[in-house]
Amino acid sequence: MTAPGKPEAPGLLDGKLSPTRPLRASGDLFAFALDTVRAMPKRPFQLREFVQQTWFVASVTILPTALVAIPFGAVIALQLGSLTRQLGAQSFTGSASVLAVLREASPIVTALLIAGAGGSAICADLGARKIRDEIDAMEVLGINPIQRLVVPRVLAAMVVATLLNGLVSVVGVAGGYFFNVVLQGGTPGAYLASFGALAQVEDFWSGELKALVFGLIAGIVASYKGLRAGGGPKGVGDAVNQSVVITFLLLFAVNFVMTAIYFQLVPPKGQ
Amino acid sequence: MVGVAVEVEGLTKSFGSQNIWSDVTLTLPPGEISVLLGPSGTGKSVFLKSLVGLLKPERGSIVISDTDIVRCSESRLYDVRKLFGVLFQDGALFGSMDLFDNIAFPLREHTRKTEAEVRRIVLEKMDMVGLQGAERKLPGEISGGMRKRAGLARALVLDPEIILFDEPDSGLDPVRVAYLNQLIVDLNAQIDATFLIVTHDIGTARTVPDNLGLLYRKHLAMFGPREQLLTSQEPVVQQFLNGRREGPIGMSEEKDVAQVEAEMAALQARGGDRHNGVGPKGAVGGDAVPPQLDPSPGLPERRAQRRRQERVARMLHEFDPATADAIRASLPADLLAQADAGVLTPPAGGRHWATDSTQAIGVLPGPRDGR
Repeated sequence: MTAPGKPEAPGLLDGKLSPTRPLRASGDLFAFALDTVRAMPKRPFQLREFVQQTWFVASVTILPTALVAIPFGAVIALQLGSLTRQLGAQSFTGSASVLAVLREASPIVTALLIAGAGGSAICADLGARKIRDEIDAMEVLGINPIQRLVVPRVLAAMVVATLLNGLVSVVGVAGGYFFNVVLQGGTPGAYLASFGALAQVEDFWSGELKALVFGLIAGIVASYKGLRAGGGPKGVGDAVNQSVVITFLLLFAVNFVMTAIYFQLVPPKGQ
Repeated sequence: MVGVAVEVEGLTKSFGSQNIWSDVTLTLPPGEISVLLGPSGTGKSVFLKSLVGLLKPERGSIVISDTDIVRCSESRLYDVRKLFGVLFQDGALFGSMDLFDNIAFPLREHTRKTEAEVRRIVLEKMDMVGLQGAERKLPGEISGGMRKRAGLARALVLDPEIILFDEPDSGLDPVRVAYLNQLIVDLNAQIDATFLIVTHDIGTARTVPDNLGLLYRKHLAMFGPREQLLTSQEPVVQQFLNGRREGPIGMSEEKDVAQVEAEMAALQARGGDRHNGVGPKGAVGGDAVPPQLDPSPGLPERRAQRRRQERVARMLHEFDPATADAIRASLPADLLAQADAGVLTPPAGGRHWATDSTQAIGVLPGPRDGR
């Protein structure tokens, strides 16, 4: 009955100060992402779950997105309205507003909402299942939770993110138009006429591509954090909190990189 | 169908620098019911999760139908898991589905059965656990006992060969525990699978299993036929099975020797366990071996019973006299005669038992052909 190697009492800082700890965590997340991508083409595809999740994520994000997009478009219109008047370039207000909304505002709003509303909902759902042993039960029944639960959720987040991006573009431009024309006394004709002066279709596609990647990242981080929740209800709360923070950090970093690449690949109009 | 054996050898598990248990060696004989006891926090649930491969022990092996699940590949592990049915502490039902869909879930995921067949199987299993008429209830709407039974029905639908129970008694009143225990014995008689129950309910431990084990101080203190533990003179085993304070197990950690001796002297002065009254959780005083639960009338006899009698008859000489007497009292006359005549050879694996397929003896239905 003697233990081989006397077991030591666990210390408070056990491994917490290890320099490799953040590396291990990010490697773990990356491995999880790879597992998810590998499980995506596996049959049978969970169509039902995918449709349900798409509906679920859409239902928690559409309204807040629209409500955030209106003031976002308005702020851009207000800023541009006074700036263009100072520069004497009122005729370009419309085109500048479209450009700002399509290129930056809508991917950013999409990122905020898909991480803050969609991701947190996914993470809370999976976390609650995890602490109730449902995930373990599923694994014991011989079902891979990544294929059964994570893949449909990640795909749902991607689909909804691209759709949200379109929604934000429309609502943002409409909001900008309203504020510029109705509140700042701009001319509707000039606003509409300059619509296509600076913006191009590639701007829209880049926004959609960004949204697709944001949906992927938000879905993976939320699922990863949810499936690793532990320590009771508090653990789920912590997981949701961390998932939102991590997703925000990742999305803004990725947004920067993708914008930089975009400007290298697509020359601005008129050059 | 006979359940498969689970052979655990030298298993060690730690979380970080904290060792949970080490060097656990035991064999769950096919088709028999085993109970693993242990004070709270000794890692019983961790052991269960290791058996199904949800946790990876650092050392040792768990061999189930020729596969070491500690070291096999992920895809092989998913295959082996189909042999298992696990009843989690709170049933672990999927909260978004009603009971019918919960129980049908494994069938719909793993088989190509038609909806009519699924319905027939699900209703049959719900009938087995006494849940007729509750198909459309959601897990949140039913009592803890019903959730457990529903979890059990879900564990049963794929006809598992090994069923693991994680504290089936937790959160249930004593009467329901008694019913659940009877249900476990009845199930064993019907499907002849290998059962492992992790619990600290002494009533369950005394009346349900064929084999008993006790985890204590990060080790498997003892594992063997029920008579061996019930008649054991080992202070830890005695203390636990009698549910008393006097003994080496303390509230949070072990006590010092002098205190234990003083407590034991006081206990003897009062008349020992036999006069210690009835302890909590169904403990009855003394080292008596109460009769094992029989299947309900009308059900087939437990086939494991005969296999087990033969197995213990072969290792009769290895036990101390008190245990051997208790075992002899449980054996039928023909086996007893054979044991006394020295016809029965001891099993190859020794005390902890391993499958022995080398000889099947005349009148006896031999143990299942292992490897």
